[in-house]
Amino acid sequence: MIQQVEDPAVEVHDLTVTYHKKPVLWDIDLTLPKGAIIGIIGPNGAGKSTLIKAIMNLIPHGSGYVKIFNRDIDEVRDKVSYVPQKESVDWDFPASVMDVVLMGRYAKLGLFKRPRKADKEVALDCLKKVGMDAYKSRQIAQLSGGQQQRVFLARALAQEADIYFMDEPFAGVDAATETAIIELLREMSEKGKTVVVIHHDIQSAMEYFNWIVLLNMRLVASGPTAQTLIPSLLEETYGGKLTLLAEVGNLMQKTEFTGRDKR
Amino acid sequence: MEQFWEFLSFSEPNIRYVTFGSILLCGSAAVVGSFIFLKKKALVGDAVAHAVLPGVCLGFLLAGNKNPVLLVTGAFVTGWLSLVAIDYISAKSKIKEDTAIGLILSVFFGIGILLLTYIQHSGNAAQSGLDHFLFGKAAAMVSSDLNVFSGIAFMLIIAVVLFFKEFTLISFDIDFAKTIGFPVRRLELVLTTLTVLAIVAGIQAIGVVLMAAILITPAAAARFWTDNLKKMVFLSAAFGGVSGFAGAFISYAAPAMPTGPWIVMVISVIALFSFFFAPQKGIVMKLISRKKMENQIREENILKLLFQLGQKDGNYFQQRSVNEILAKRPFKPKQLISGLARLKKQGFLENGDGRWKFTRAGQKKGARMVKLHRLWEVYLTRYLRIASDHVHEDAETIEHIITPDLEAKLEKLLEYPVKDPHQSDIPYL
Repeated sequence: MIQQVEDPAVEVHDLTVTYHKKPVLWDIDLTLPKGAIIGIIGPNGAGKSTLIKAIMNLIPHGSGYVKIFNRDIDEVRDKVSYVPQKESVDWDFPASVMDVVLMGRYAKLGLFKRPRKADKEVALDCLKKVGMDAYKSRQIAQLSGGQQQRVFLARALAQEADIYFMDEPFAGVDAATETAIIELLREMSEKGKTVVVIHHDIQSAMEYFNWIVLLNMRLVASGPTAQTLIPSLLEETYGGKLTLLAEVGNLMQKTEFTGRDKR
Repeated sequence: MEQFWEFLSFSEPNIRYVTFGSILLCGSAAVVGSFIFLKKKALVGDAVAHAVLPGVCLGFLLAGNKNPVLLVTGAFVTGWLSLVAIDYISAKSKIKEDTAIGLILSVFFGIGILLLTYIQHSGNAAQSGLDHFLFGKAAAMVSSDLNVFSGIAFMLIIAVVLFFKEFTLISFDIDFAKTIGFPVRRLELVLTTLTVLAIVAGIQAIGVVLMAAILITPAAAARFWTDNLKKMVFLSAAFGGVSGFAGAFISYAAPAMPTGPWIVMVISVIALFSFFFAPQKGIVMKLISRKKMENQIREENILKLLFQLGQKDGNYFQQRSVNEILAKRPFKPKQLISGLARLKKQGFLENGDGRWKFTRAGQKKGARMVKLHRLWEVYLTRYLRIASDHVHEDAETIEHIITPDLEAKLEKLLEYPVKDPHQSDIPYL
């Protein structure tokens, strides 16, 4: 069940990503609709984060290409927002909540310019949307996991992008934060923004997303939730790796096989 | 002492130069070092510092004398080369970064020492003083050196001010920086270049062996005092400057001494002091606030106990001896007596011939503690469904941290209960 859409927000074309020569994503080919809340679902090690990072061009592509709004990512960086896993940064960094949210304005500011009053107001507004405006001067080391996630979300909102990629925004957050985040995502989607979220819990996925991508090193399904979150496809996704695929991957790593890499 | 005043009077122009130069060098290295510290690249800084030595020697061999421009260029080239080598080894081989750093540091420094020894035995008279690059000698800087080094130091500070926002971002969240389209590779290149330059500028005053200390230690010390990055960088510069000043003085007062170790001593003392005494983060301050908390808990326990005794006897203002109190609850006698004395000083207790009794304020505070304890017990049994014989221990701790705000909420939530789970009265005074 791989459904393609017309005029997609994201087009991933035959993308293969290798890590130390070993493919971790095989020939991913999908299109994602505009304005949808999209869940990427799969077991640990399925390459969910890798897919998002590859789309953001943070890691090199083995082969294939990615288009966002039918353009190269570097041409539309100002329309794209990325929310990394909150564990990816050191929260002991000497910065306040406001400092972090203001980073969302840096792309608009460009190099060498300091945040202006208008940027601070946008940042404060975004903090209000995630219910963290009372914490704006708080040192980030003092935040709980849920609050850290809200700060990252506020930073993303401050970017005023059209498409958002979020790596596990619901991991390690309290129930209240999870509800607040999903409310926010719905609001964004109503305004025509596209939201792509890596998610773990199949139960809530049914309710949260209107488009699902099932992933386990290869694309299992991509389509409307009702047609993708079905037992047979979930079993295919979670039923373990394809052993032949894994064996070929290991072989490619061992033999320094270079046929696939571009350069 | 006399020497110190003579030094401070700056009567000799050379002293002026050297002092000013040292402050600037150490201060600027500390500013750049703040970002090395935040990026957790301290060890890389150390490796680069050692790796500039072969460059200095090659520069000398090329020039035939201690031409500062050529020495600096040589140092810059090998410093850079070491960085590239570390990155290449850790990216392209199975060797991890720490091993790569160790390898590169020793290989480059080894080559440097070989070259230095060769130069020293080459019979070139101009080489005398080249060994100062090992451990530093601030006073050996002449005005032409100072011009070059100070120029670099100024440039470093200006560059950091200019790139402050960018360096902050790539230190905190480099992936995010890439996704918003910042030229991350070039920014890292700039920061790396500044690091190498800071090291190169400082080697005459501090020496290659200890240069990493002036790069990293001021930032580490400053981090204890503030959570604001701008303040941290300022403080770091100030700490660096102070140690540079001290180094210049030592270099003048004791010409036989190398400067580097002294600068490192001074900055280490500052760092140690910060480690122990910085408010909030310092170890001693943490111990003091813990001690305060312990005292507060003990005082509150004494008041609570006196109130319970009063409730039992129906007389809150009866005088009680220390033994009477100890019979009810096994305090450590010494701690009990010091606690009683503090409570008297605070106006909660009075004493006459070795016996103690409540003041009005003391009775009220005692009642509050008993109330909090029992309210919490009620809360646990009602809302957490904990058996009534399991709630006492928990309430013993929680009663000390409930704020008046929480107290009001608790009272309202539980609707002012009159009995606790053990059927004792809850006092509302």
